[in-house]
Amino acid sequence: MIGLIGKLGGVNLLPVAVMLVGLVLIGAPSSWVTLTVAGLAMGMMVFLMASGLSLVFGLMDVLNFGHSAFVSFGAFVAASVLAGLSGWLSAPSVLLNVAALALALIAALAFGLAAGLFFERVIIKPVYKDHLRQILITMGALIVSEQIILALWGGTPITVHRPAFLEGAWIIGDVSIEIYRGFAFALGLIVFAALYVMLNRTRLGLLIRAGVENREMVEALGFRIDRLFVGVFMLGSALAALGGAMWAGYQTLITPALGGEMMIVVFIVVIIGGLGSIEGTLLGALMVGLISNYVGFLAPKLALASNMILMMAILMWRPSGLRPAVK
Amino acid sequence: MSLLSLRGLRTSIGQYAVLHDVSIEVPEGGVFVLLGRNGAGKTTTLRSVMGLWSPSPASVFFRGRDLSGMHTADIARLGIAFVPENMGIFGGLSVAENMVLATRTGQFDKSRLAYVQALFPALEKFWDSRAGSLSGGQKQMLAVARAIIEPRELILVDEPTKGLAPAIVDAMADAFAEIGQNTTILLVEQNFQFARRLGRDMAVIDDGRIVHAGSMAEFAANADLQDRLLGLAV
Repeated sequence: MIGLIGKLGGVNLLPVAVMLVGLVLIGAPSSWVTLTVAGLAMGMMVFLMASGLSLVFGLMDVLNFGHSAFVSFGAFVAASVLAGLSGWLSAPSVLLNVAALALALIAALAFGLAAGLFFERVIIKPVYKDHLRQILITMGALIVSEQIILALWGGTPITVHRPAFLEGAWIIGDVSIEIYRGFAFALGLIVFAALYVMLNRTRLGLLIRAGVENREMVEALGFRIDRLFVGVFMLGSALAALGGAMWAGYQTLITPALGGEMMIVVFIVVIIGGLGSIEGTLLGALMVGLISNYVGFLAPKLALASNMILMMAILMWRPSGLRPAVK
Repeated sequence: MSLLSLRGLRTSIGQYAVLHDVSIEVPEGGVFVLLGRNGAGKTTTLRSVMGLWSPSPASVFFRGRDLSGMHTADIARLGIAFVPENMGIFGGLSVAENMVLATRTGQFDKSRLAYVQALFPALEKFWDSRAGSLSGGQKQMLAVARAIIEPRELILVDEPTKGLAPAIVDAMADAFAEIGQNTTILLVEQNFQFARRLGRDMAVIDDGRIVHAGSMAEFAANADLQDRLLGLAV
């Protein structure tokens, strides 16, 4: 039986198993479909936020508790761009709708890249190989970033406008699927596919995978892993900002505390998935997304605890996470 | 001029001084063996040459160029390969991926690849297998093959026979004898029979200091010296 499960995909089947258990417990297929789509969409957005953190930790042993600052800034930068282009968002032209959304996402990505470069050079580089200082300094950076957001955007929750073409829902029978959730899932899938191809089909990806396993040996082969790390850090920051931008559209109301709130979820996903593994991060994110939505429906009082319980259960079963990069 | 010169090399790991005074001259060509007991400082010497531990200033020279303070990757790009004691295999990558990582361009020189595969035929058989699934001997072959997939001037090899079956050790000795004809090898070893078979020149390190240097033939003929320095006498 275990051999058969292994041949079918092993731990890759866990999200499917969670969905099946959810179907049994929820009972009503229409509610289950709605919750499942919401869970998958949430999972994909959390995957965007977490994938960079996983690579950064795997490649350089850097514990960046400030990672979710990029999520916050991505959300606020995108919200500001969307607010500035509100005329385009509500225009009947889908082209203008798409342009507004694309500009907002590009702005978040560009901010993430630039902020990632600054963060790595100024905050991370001086504390390489010192986990305690990394934790203290990056947590400090997260708090400072929240205060900067508070100073720039104020403490009042900001409403995020969605483009008209992503408003509403697809109605199939008695099942309702929010269009935005479908879009978020599709975008996450595209980013995962692009990351997968980059990591598994390019020389750059080969270097990253090798660096995650044995940084020292990659350097002994003649490659400057510290320079590679800057690029990975910037990519991870940009993806986190993109995830934040998508999350802003999903929630439609954001506050400066967004980064701190998401930090816990992002770390849970990275730990569940296994450090340094994109596939593991996706698995962890999907499971967190699905379980959050199912538990939120079945036992709302347990919703906050569900992710923590999931992480504890996974770690008791697999101490290194579901699919850790080989160390 | 020696290919590699260590001149009064001192290395500390954290607050502990491991190498106090290591001075050796590794001539170009052949196999130079660094012998010593456990904890004598052999591995630290190799890691200091590679820049993996920080050597004292002006203590490591390669073709007259001071390597101290250089980044490990830049040292490797001068034509120095390193085969660490733990082999440094990327277990999650395939054998082919491990090999291609050691090329500068990401492309194999076909004749060089054929030469390496002739030296280690088992690698061709497991070319697409995950390196982590190989046996200890096969992993060691991969580690050495990776070091020579492109011509290097100097290969640093740390205890390649550790934990290997006698038949594999013999095969490894043959391979090093072949490689040593075109490339200089600085070999750290505790297996004296293996070392004496390969070495032309040698040195003994003890407690972070070189306590003897000379030809392997003379050292192999002097049982008293072996007993005093390595505790090898029966």
